[in-house]
Amino acid sequence: MANWPILSVVTFLPLVGALFIALLRDDSAGVRNARWVALWTTLVTFAISLILVWGFDPSSADFQFVEKRPWLGGAITYSMGIDGISLPFVILTTALMPICILASWEAIQRRVRAYMIAFLVLETLMVGTFCALDLVLFYLFFEGGLIPMFLIIGVWGGPRRVYASFKFFLYTLTGSVLMLLAILAMYWNAQTTDIPALLHHAFPRELQTWAWFAFLASFAVKLPMWPVHTWLPDAHVEAPTAGSVVLAAILLKMGGYGFLRFSLPMFPAASQELAPLIYALSVVAIVYTSLVALMQEDMKKLIAYSSVAHMGFVTMGIFAVTTQGVAGGIFQMISHGIISAALFLCVGVVYDRLHTREIAAYGGLVNRMPLYAFAFMVFVLAGVGLPGTVGFIGEFLTLLGTFRVNNWVATLAALGTILSAAYALWLYRRIIFGTLEKTALLRVRDIGWRETVVFAPLIVLTIVFGVYPKPVLDISAVSVAQLIDNFHHAVGGAQAAALEVRR
Amino acid sequence: MYEAIVFLPLLGAVIAGAIALVGARNRYPGASPSSSDGDHAAVATPDEHAFVTPMPETVPTGTDHPHPEGAEHFAPAAGTQAAELLTTALLGISWVLSCIAFVDVGLGGHDVRVTVFNFITSGKLNVDWALRVDPLTAVMLVVVTTISALVHLYSIGYMAEDPHKPRFFSYLSFFTFAMLLLVTADNLAQLYVGWEGVGLASYLLIGFWYHRPEANAAAIKAFLVNRVGDFGFALGIFAVFFLTGSINFDTIFAQAPALAGKSFHYLGMDVDALTVACLLLFMGAMGKSAQFLLHTWLPDAMEGPTPVSALIHAATMVTAGVFMVARLSPLFELAPVASAFVTFIGATTAMFAATVALVQNDIKRIIAYSTCSQLGYMFVAMGVGAYSVGMFHLFTHAFFKALLFLCSGSVIIAMHHEQDIRRMGGLWRKLPFTYATMLAGTLALTGFPLTAGYFSKDAVIEAAFVSHSSMATYGYAMVLGAAALTAFYSWRLIFKTFHGTPHDRAHYEAARETPMTMLVPLGVLAIGSLVAGYLALGVFTGHGAGEFFRQSLKVAAGNTVLEDMEHLSFAILLTPTVMMIVGFLVAWLFYVGWPSLPAAYARDQALLYRFLLNKWYFDEIYDFLFVHPAMWLGRLLWKGGDGFIIDGFGPDGVSARVLDVTRNVVRLQTGYVYHYAFAMLIGAATFLTWFMFSGAH
Repeated sequence: MANWPILSVVTFLPLVGALFIALLRDDSAGVRNARWVALWTTLVTFAISLILVWGFDPSSADFQFVEKRPWLGGAITYSMGIDGISLPFVILTTALMPICILASWEAIQRRVRAYMIAFLVLETLMVGTFCALDLVLFYLFFEGGLIPMFLIIGVWGGPRRVYASFKFFLYTLTGSVLMLLAILAMYWNAQTTDIPALLHHAFPRELQTWAWFAFLASFAVKLPMWPVHTWLPDAHVEAPTAGSVVLAAILLKMGGYGFLRFSLPMFPAASQELAPLIYALSVVAIVYTSLVALMQEDMKKLIAYSSVAHMGFVTMGIFAVTTQGVAGGIFQMISHGIISAALFLCVGVVYDRLHTREIAAYGGLVNRMPLYAFAFMVFVLAGVGLPGTVGFIGEFLTLLGTFRVNNWVATLAALGTILSAAYALWLYRRIIFGTLEKTALLRVRDIGWRETVVFAPLIVLTIVFGVYPKPVLDISAVSVAQLIDNFHHAVGGAQAAALEVRR
Repeated sequence: MYEAIVFLPLLGAVIAGAIALVGARNRYPGASPSSSDGDHAAVATPDEHAFVTPMPETVPTGTDHPHPEGAEHFAPAAGTQAAELLTTALLGISWVLSCIAFVDVGLGGHDVRVTVFNFITSGKLNVDWALRVDPLTAVMLVVVTTISALVHLYSIGYMAEDPHKPRFFSYLSFFTFAMLLLVTADNLAQLYVGWEGVGLASYLLIGFWYHRPEANAAAIKAFLVNRVGDFGFALGIFAVFFLTGSINFDTIFAQAPALAGKSFHYLGMDVDALTVACLLLFMGAMGKSAQFLLHTWLPDAMEGPTPVSALIHAATMVTAGVFMVARLSPLFELAPVASAFVTFIGATTAMFAATVALVQNDIKRIIAYSTCSQLGYMFVAMGVGAYSVGMFHLFTHAFFKALLFLCSGSVIIAMHHEQDIRRMGGLWRKLPFTYATMLAGTLALTGFPLTAGYFSKDAVIEAAFVSHSSMATYGYAMVLGAAALTAFYSWRLIFKTFHGTPHDRAHYEAARETPMTMLVPLGVLAIGSLVAGYLALGVFTGHGAGEFFRQSLKVAAGNTVLEDMEHLSFAILLTPTVMMIVGFLVAWLFYVGWPSLPAAYARDQALLYRFLLNKWYFDEIYDFLFVHPAMWLGRLLWKGGDGFIIDGFGPDGVSARVLDVTRNVVRLQTGYVYHYAFAMLIGAATFLTWFMFSGAH
């Protein structure tokens, strides 16, 4: 409907803002301006991205807002477009960026301009990942996001930032090299890198299997899935608050998005055959990391491990390839984007005040920080998957969708709902409840207006989408239905693995 | 109107919650974190010295009791009165409307279904937020709003000096909302939402005095044990969706007959479809209603304020499991094995909890175990197919158990927060009104002729007697035996609290009746405890039950329990009363006639006594079986799995090899921004070049 290249604007507007900041002088006025420019850039980007929601036709499974231009002498096409699966992620990204900028407002005092530039570049790359309709373009965005994130951890991180950023880099790079090889193989087989064309290309069975594994290597690291998850706790612990927010809320989702965009539709036979592997890894992730989370002494590590568990529900739901499983997987990613962002922001609030993330250093904060205690409670409960919050919908749908296909997996995964309550409530109890005994905490003050502005929209979203998840579910419903239809068509009719009721 | 019943309490909860937050905000204003200066003294509050002492015991105190020595005094938060009056008034309106609904739906026969808005739509799954009001729901509406309104009123007095009163009333109203959402549910998803919603309210209210470690522990325990139950409940929902393709009650019930006798493959076994679905769903009921094996949270929940115990942990929330089985009677009627299991668990709980209650010394814990036991009675009725009888006991139990808790609250306040009945005694002179009302509650609980419990509890016992189901005989033996134990522990409580000589002179002398806001609910509930059974008899038993409940309680064609109960011999009808008298006489002998007897008996049977006193060692066993292994496993997987194996052979091992490279690159992070920008450019250029060559061949 729009004649102007709206997706390109949404994608590259942050880059323009970054360039503008780069031109600012490096003095206190420049630093102040850098913050404001970054905030306004992200806000305007968010506002423009809302036009996408408004103009999007949820009754069509086709790619919309498509842009296509030959690029680099015809070798690659600059091709952008979104469908119901990618749109929620675009909005999630643009919506969270202003919050990240606000969260860094005072926490970041060193190299503010460079920090803001890194974040804006990161936004361009993340939005681009979800919009790219060309395999190579996707790869560029997907891997490009690694660089600013690597810098954010490595430059503005905590004491072990170098170890963490290299661990992060090492894992992701290994995955991406394998994915690159698969992309080349796919190109040689299909003679195109156009994603819509590839979606209808039947890859030979053998290529499917090993390309599926190559993509898995990359996506599993990103998501992360057990056992390639150990970079995540370290990265989170060392990253600055906003870095953790972006990492947990958006970068992880690229893995899940990749499964939905590539693995399932392009390698359906392999996905069908290897789903049990994913189930096993998902269940292990849910139970194993929940138990590990229970014993953590560092707030951020605990939340990082809980992220791995929550992502287990995503992979389980996606590879169940049922309507509720896939829709639930998408919803779970969006809800985790909101919840984990909020939880890391919550950690950031107390870290800014006391400069420690150790759980044992806190206790009884409710006596001084009632508003903070309230916000934290909402997000903890959402993380526990309490009905009425966003956390519930995703878990419920993925489990419901998986039960039909494999009730062993659903039953074991449901154990995660018990364990998540254990670690989350225990965390809350140790930090917030109790008497205020530690002298360092006696003078701590409740959240200020800027922090309130950050939390308020997240609380609203947590509850509104928990009670009325329809907007998110409806946007992706048709695309999900088509994805599943194509999948079942490709693997031959009804799923043989599905359970049946017998006399 | 039906929306108003459900959502008025929510409105109250939100407003009271806002008042609580604003009040807290005014007490502790916020500030930006002082990340740069780190000088916290600059933001110190003027009255800071007051906070150096830990948060005081903000336990409720009667108006005539000063705060404990050395405690810091908090003024009640601003708007407290507005919050308590508003929530109580809204609950009052909700109650009036519920009564109208009861008359219209229950007696008038107009079932209602109100769709609020769509909840989840995904493929075949289509769930609405909807209010389903049929006779079964109407009964629950009346029970919930009546008790809740009275408890709101009572709390105005009970929580008089608590500085967090708005928060308390907000939680209380929120609970009521969630409970109403639960009982008006039209589908399993909404039932589950209300189910976990009341669980949240319970968690918040048990841990209301958050400075007390025991309260926090009890709150988490309640949530977790309930989650174990909900784990089964959720799987039950998934199974039902798998079997019927829907989770809306009407569709499920319509499809249920066709599913009878079918089987499916669950966890590697071929199992009867409806039996497994019902058993999984019932696991949720076991958690919420504190049944045997999942009961351990309920006694600990007594850490919460006493009005909470009365409302949530006696009259309403814990009966949600019973309500669930009644609501799903069309499924349970077709799953005899599941029903037998319900009877077994109910009967075992009735007996088990009664034995534990015999020897407890905490006044609230005795009543808590009694609640456990009485819930077991209700499940026995459900299991043998006498759904309306179970609902009857739920209905009367709500009155007399709430009454007993509120009375014990009055006693506790009068005794200056003493809960140990060994330190009480002779209180009837000081607290005549409380004594009279508590006597009424005890008579009803033990089933004294013509009181509420006499009709409902005896009906449960008779239903177990006439039932032909396999487990019914066991159920009958257990509930009949438990009747005697009930009488014993109830009268033991009365004798030790109100009779004999005072054991704590100072507290005894200071004891005084509580204010009117607390006495009025006691009076109302006492009247209910005495007459509710007689008034409601025709609705819940005999032919009247079928006419009243119509389709909301489904009984299979061969189920003639209600019919058979009409034709019982006089001897069978008399047996429960005889058991009650036996229990009373033994209690009288032990605690009035021959007071040295109990101690001697406890010495004589030391092993048994300790076994009962320690509640069959369930907490210890569960700690050993679940809590410690989970923590041990968590630590092992973290340090061993993640740390040693994965990292050791993965990134750390690799990076040890490339350490030199790393050392060189480390220098990067000391450089300037344009170094990074340069690195980014180089990276991007490398990627692009690679693709140009590989792509353009």
